[in-house]
Amino acid sequence: MDRRESLKALALGTLSVGTILSATGCEDKKTTGEKKAGNAQGYGRTPDEAERDKALTEEKFFTPEEMKTITILADIIIPADEHSGSASDAKVPEFIEFIVKDIPEHKLPMRGGLRWLDVQCAKRYNKSFAECSPEQRIAVVDLIAYPEKAAPENSQGVAFFNRMRNLTATGFFTSKIGIKDLGYIGNTPNEWDGVPADVLKQYGYAYDEKTLATCLKIEDRGKIMTWD
Amino acid sequence: MAFEIKKQAKLYDVCIVGSGAGGGMAAKILSEAGLKVALLEAGPKYDPADPEQATQLKWPYESPRRGASTTRAFGDFDAAYGGWQIDGEPYTKKNGTEFDWFRSRMLGGRTNHWGRISLRFGERDFKHKSYDGLGDDWPISYQDVAPYYDRVDKLIGVFGSKENLPNEPDGFFLPPPKPRMHELMVKRAGEKMGLPVIPARLSILTRSVNKDRSPCFYCSQCNRGCTVYGDFSSSSVLVKPAMKSGHVDLYTNAMVREVLTDDSGKATGVAYIDKADMQEYSVNARVVVLAASACESARLLLNSKSAKHPNGLANSSGVVGKYLHDSTGASRGGFIPALMDRKRYNEDGVGGMHLYIPWWGDNKKLDFARGYHIEMGGGMHMPSYGYGFGMENMNGKYPGRDGKPKAAGGYGASLKDDYRRYFGAHIGFAGRGECIAREDNYCEIDPNVVDKYGIPVLRFHYTWSDHEVKQAKHMQDTFEQLIVEMGGVPSGTKPGEDTKYGLENPGRIIHEVGTTRMGDNPATSVLNKFNQAHEVKNLFVVDGGAFVSQADKNPTWTILALSMRASEYIVDQLKKQNI
Repeated sequence: MDRRESLKALALGTLSVGTILSATGCEDKKTTGEKKAGNAQGYGRTPDEAERDKALTEEKFFTPEEMKTITILADIIIPADEHSGSASDAKVPEFIEFIVKDIPEHKLPMRGGLRWLDVQCAKRYNKSFAECSPEQRIAVVDLIAYPEKAAPENSQGVAFFNRMRNLTATGFFTSKIGIKDLGYIGNTPNEWDGVPADVLKQYGYAYDEKTLATCLKIEDRGKIMTWD
Repeated sequence: MAFEIKKQAKLYDVCIVGSGAGGGMAAKILSEAGLKVALLEAGPKYDPADPEQATQLKWPYESPRRGASTTRAFGDFDAAYGGWQIDGEPYTKKNGTEFDWFRSRMLGGRTNHWGRISLRFGERDFKHKSYDGLGDDWPISYQDVAPYYDRVDKLIGVFGSKENLPNEPDGFFLPPPKPRMHELMVKRAGEKMGLPVIPARLSILTRSVNKDRSPCFYCSQCNRGCTVYGDFSSSSVLVKPAMKSGHVDLYTNAMVREVLTDDSGKATGVAYIDKADMQEYSVNARVVVLAASACESARLLLNSKSAKHPNGLANSSGVVGKYLHDSTGASRGGFIPALMDRKRYNEDGVGGMHLYIPWWGDNKKLDFARGYHIEMGGGMHMPSYGYGFGMENMNGKYPGRDGKPKAAGGYGASLKDDYRRYFGAHIGFAGRGECIAREDNYCEIDPNVVDKYGIPVLRFHYTWSDHEVKQAKHMQDTFEQLIVEMGGVPSGTKPGEDTKYGLENPGRIIHEVGTTRMGDNPATSVLNKFNQAHEVKNLFVVDGGAFVSQADKNPTWTILALSMRASEYIVDQLKKQNI
């Protein structure tokens, strides 16, 4: 059962969400295969918005050299680990290329920051950041990755790295890989019947009698409300 | 082609301008009474169930900007078409004052994305001048409106709980959803502080009210518009059924220029621009109902000048545009260390808070006149653009998994783990309070500026008084106490006097009302107590413009109740041939 059919079933109001979810068990493979028809972008764009998206996608901001550095930095910030892939596995560099065009206030600090980084590497190693060895790169990153410990002369680098960290993290944790890693499990038809009992217990809470008496009995969810 | 104004051939009983809460309700009531209705909307058709327009259940990665607010003020997936600025439709501000005007140009208007907070005004809210001497009393009382609130509750659906609180009238509620984890923590903390923390009152169907709409399936995305109509928006819940009657002709992309009048001064219809062909048209009707939003309706009246109405239509008093007021708003966030490393479960719930805090204070003992309610947010939300920003301000303050302090910022596997650890451990509070309506807060026609249709635009003048600033200070003190009482750490620095305690610009809360206020005295009000213009008997305004005072409530439920009441009055007056 695909998502739209699930919704239709919900609309009928007879099936419980639990039934639908256990009956499908095919959320992932169905949704990845399914491309929304019609609207080019497939996420409810108005014609003006779709046109803007298209124009931004066709435009190129970063040079291939800059993209290479962004990719290396992104994977230093979010590497692959036992839970999930790396920033570049989640296409974070592509996201950064798009977002600086979409929110142009990122453009100059990103371009200038990348250049700042290359100049630091050139002074130390006579090479660009991308040309440096992994050890040399980390040595330079360590100068700017810890805002409270960084030397005052590196403050511009700290500002750049903060921005790079923010964009990398946001790009990663809004990707399919990142959302799974984070453990966000909503955005799907559900029947909210309160905080799980073990979680309530963990924090020392319980639903009091008044709350239980007042709140929705989940089995009534499909019944039309009457007051008289 | 000659530049001409084309007349729509049909003569309507009623022409309604605007399809939001006020206009949608008017279209439903008037069409059900068998009247022929022209409903004009300045934006396109919108149906949240239309796959071309739907954003519900989309993932952040389906948007290349991951839901950022670049093109839509409240993010890519928000249902509102429009925003704080609309290309080609400017507005201006006077004497260095601030006002931000949110316009949503689409069927259903701003009801498509609003917070669904559906609060009745209480007895005191209609008679506040009698209580504290400030502002003005309404010409009607709670008892006049209560039967309409009752009907709106049953027609549209609102969850809540009977609480018997003074000035927070109970209604015909659907059962509320159980509180989320952070909401239980707020309840415990709030009750220690003597605050009432009670189930929210939102127009979301925990149980359905009719066969055309399905109950909520808990995706927490009401602001995106609901594909099963499980929440209230005027487009889905009022206009759609009204269209089925066959008595309503919907004109979309119809930007109304002015109200037309005859030599006797009566309204005869409206002139509009069809945005599709950019031609000028007129619609004729026996009754004109304005529901274009408080400021847009005032703009229409002020722009409808004639020999009979040299000061703008229905404006001999000069009151049109005055007494503009928006809710106050201030907010603060915090971090709850106890909620680090949370067990994961689907905590989406309904599209908004499950609990809220109505005003509890006694203003006679405080240094500001009117109250506010507190809204709250938190929990394990779907991440979108901005998620994870500012970790360098967080992860140096709390020990790592090994119990040892960490250096703020960083990179690598250890940083990656921090984002997991902090997920769902934040809380946010926002106050929404009453601003006292004043004559010197107003919108007027800018003498020098027109929009791309050649329509003169609005110019705003708005300042906060000490009452609002001191109220914001009280909000900040309360938010901080709540966060600390929860065992949390307030984020950033506490907003102080230099920022008016974080008090948002006027307009930001999108509750602007009062510009065509009702009253018994035609010299100090625009409308009578049935939303009918004192000077033009066949002209009505059924949006927030009619409000004498905004309470510490959200205005939509009162707009709906008053529009229902005014619409039935129109039917009655037409029958009696009084208009």
